[in-house]
Amino acid sequence: MTLLALKNVTKTFRVNQREVHAVRDVSFDVREGECLAIVGESGSGKTTLANMILGLFGATSGEIHFRDSALPARRPTELRRQIQFVQQNPLSALNAKRSVGASVRLGLETYRIGERAARKAAVEAALEAVGLEPELARRPPGALSGGQRQRVGIARALAVEPSLVVLDEPTSALDVLVQARVLRLLNELRAAKKLTYVFITHDLAVVRNIADRCVVLKEGQIVEMGETTAIFDDPQHDYTRNLIRAVPVVDQTEVQLRDKLGRAND
Amino acid sequence: MRALRIIVRNPMSLLGLILVGIVVLSALLAPWIAPYPDHNGAVVDFLNNNRAPSLKNLMGTDLVGRDILSRIMYGYQISLVLGVIVLAIATPIGTLFGLIAGYRGGWVEIVLMRIVDIFLSIPPLVLAIAMMGVLEPTLTNAMLAVTLMWWPWYARLVYSIARGEREEGYVVAAEVIGASTWHIIFREILPNCLPAIITKMTLDMGFVIIIASSLSFLGLGVQPPTPDLGSMVAEGARYLPDSWWLTVFPGLSILVAVFGFNLLGDGLREALEVQS
Repeated sequence: MTLLALKNVTKTFRVNQREVHAVRDVSFDVREGECLAIVGESGSGKTTLANMILGLFGATSGEIHFRDSALPARRPTELRRQIQFVQQNPLSALNAKRSVGASVRLGLETYRIGERAARKAAVEAALEAVGLEPELARRPPGALSGGQRQRVGIARALAVEPSLVVLDEPTSALDVLVQARVLRLLNELRAAKKLTYVFITHDLAVVRNIADRCVVLKEGQIVEMGETTAIFDDPQHDYTRNLIRAVPVVDQTEVQLRDKLGRAND
Repeated sequence: MRALRIIVRNPMSLLGLILVGIVVLSALLAPWIAPYPDHNGAVVDFLNNNRAPSLKNLMGTDLVGRDILSRIMYGYQISLVLGVIVLAIATPIGTLFGLIAGYRGGWVEIVLMRIVDIFLSIPPLVLAIAMMGVLEPTLTNAMLAVTLMWWPWYARLVYSIARGEREEGYVVAAEVIGASTWHIIFREILPNCLPAIITKMTLDMGFVIIIASSLSFLGLGVQPPTPDLGSMVAEGARYLPDSWWLTVFPGLSILVAVFGFNLLGDGLREALEVQS
């Protein structure tokens, strides 16, 4: 079943009297329970897409449908709860002046979920679900490592039990080992809580690890879309091939894949 | 508590803390520890007027025979009350202006910050003098005048911080969640402005005391017989250099207060920066 559908979405910004098309006529579906990656280099429009899905600003034209109805410009609380967000930079994503618990609790408070005691329990449960000690709720984010902070960011998104989570490069600010752990956590949580992910990234190694399908964006337009394995095995577009070739070599399969692509290209 | 420890460890800010402590304690305890507690008003003792410092009057007596040390202690009371009231009014107004302008942006920012600019473009002392010229020169009006020229600086300070914080991830996160503007401004952004605000308030206590003293020096502030450091300096200035104690001690007491608040303010800035 389709959870989220973008229909001919276009976003134009006015910069210094000039029109810049950040996203041009983009349409795709996100199925319930899948992880869809939006891939592209910097400036390809992926973050603009994410911000529109999150409701930070509206599309210039086109519609975004959630569970078969168009998302209104002013979203009701229930719709906001359903779509949550995990950010790229774990250092700025948490308010340094508020406790970890207060950050995780914000959604529960805003949506008036539960009483005070129930919220406290929910915050602790959310922290435990991402592999953190519940006692961390009282600490300031400054006392946490980057990986721990990103887990708090994930806990904040999942505490309100959303159905769709938009992840904007959630691992790109972390070192490789921590990246792998956070990705594993995200995979486990998706299975356990039957979540749907829109995973925004420029990192194709990550995409192979987590995404069922991907959408490749270039200059605000979709150049390729399909099953992740299909796209990696047989990219149709030069841009995608270049992206795949740009992945740093990490293991033998990568090397073989690159050889294959290289031969195909030469 | 950690901030306090950092301040105590730095000799300069410790000195500031001690000076401010002396000023505040002598103001608070003036009725009990001043050598001549009744000399804060219209007391005349011509038998002892204009005496040089002695064991009986450690800082000498003024032209009508009142003990200068006692009057300085009461003068601190007025200065501190003035400072606290001015900052208690100016800081919330300026902070609110700055928070709203910095967070909302757009035309709200343009309107609010141009209002601030208008106030900032008037030379503060001139505005105060003009106001005191039109209104009666009373303590209340002195406070009003000083407050009017003080709040825009807080608006500027908080605006510049809030503008930067607006782009921070935690603010975006609160927006995506759908938290109210009220929550974002006061619960998310304001705590990040507080260290700078507290530091500025401490530094400003010194500056408010200077401005208030300048106004009374010009005869536009606190009126006699109420003791005020600025008017004491003004009264004694005509009798320099012979009756030097009339001006030097009130002048030094202004210096001690301002210097103390400045050192403490600098120390606080460091301490709060380290903490965050």
